Amino acid sequence: MSTTVSQIDEVKTTPWAGGRSPFAVEYGKMMMWFFLLSDAFTFSSLLISYGALRFSSNAWPAPDLVFQSVPGMIEHGAPLVFVGLMTFILIMSSVTMVLAVEAGHRNAKKEVIGWMIGTIIGGLMFLGCQALEWSHLHSEGFWWGAIPNMETLKELFHGAPSTTYAHQFANLFFTITGFHGFHVFSGVVINIIITINVLMGTYEKRGSYLMVEKVGLYWHFVDLVWVFVFTFFYLV
Amino acid sequence: MSETIHTEHHDEHAEHDTMTKKRIWNVFFILLGITVVEFIIALWLVPQHHIPVTAANPIYIVLTLFKAFFIVAYFMHLKFERIGLVFAIIVPVLFIIGLILVLTNESHHWIDLRM
Repeated sequence: MSTTVSQIDEVKTTPWAGGRSPFAVEYGKMMMWFFLLSDAFTFSSLLISYGALRFSSNAWPAPDLVFQSVPGMIEHGAPLVFVGLMTFILIMSSVTMVLAVEAGHRNAKKEVIGWMIGTIIGGLMFLGCQALEWSHLHSEGFWWGAIPNMETLKELFHGAPSTTYAHQFANLFFTITGFHGFHVFSGVVINIIITINVLMGTYEKRGSYLMVEKVGLYWHFVDLVWVFVFTFFYLV
Repeated sequence: MSETIHTEHHDEHAEHDTMTKKRIWNVFFILLGITVVEFIIALWLVPQHHIPVTAANPIYIVLTLFKAFFIVAYFMHLKFERIGLVFAIIVPVLFIIGLILVLTNESHHWIDLRM
């Protein structure tokens, strides 16, 4: 047979010769990747404008002074503890998500359900923490277009406080963490829908848990964005 | 002919070594470890003046990029995908680096205007 194969037939077997996906992934999964790429651009433009405004300022609310409380427990002197907990919760829920995908490859329905529920709980815990964080900043006087009075501001800057940069900080913080939190929220909703489908045996009948993989990509992306938000708002 | 395609597909599956449970937990501990290092820098090394803030910030960014690599490569499985898909996702991200360079340069100018 090999002697009769013409040159043109051999060419057709390469990935880019047409007739099959050169990426060897299912259509929906590829589209999820491209959606996430576009979402990465959106988050980058938000974070880069934050960076540019902060970089061009000569005073900025200090993260170790603004974020030093654990809502409901410690009022002062615990910088980064609460956000550390939030980061841990989100990384943990990313692990349960990837374990759900792994169980899906083995068609282990019960395990997929267990890990998916774990992921949903992690997402809800993160959202709860963020609600506490927001209400704490709100009680200090921060909101979109609103900043605390001068006495409170003096405690939040290492040098002389600036109302202009406090305003910029407030707007950027609520916009960026809000946009991220909205992604977490929609991720939890999608996770719940997928879990219901798993429970009803939709993917068992279909013979593949590819949908779990796709929603997993979205969930890991949300975790990925938080890694950057965490660095640029809380550490730098 | 169809047999060739079939074996090719089979080989693809064999080399397609995917995420095992052990690997998942390895990546988790790497991510956790990097985060712990970031906390040590932010809560101990910088306040005690062991390293200056100007040195800490680039370290944070490098560590963040490491975390991003592990999430995208292993959790999002991109390391095990076809090279074509990897490039289709990674190359457009280079535009973001372009925007960072442009706006960093620009914000240098803004701070001069504000002084």
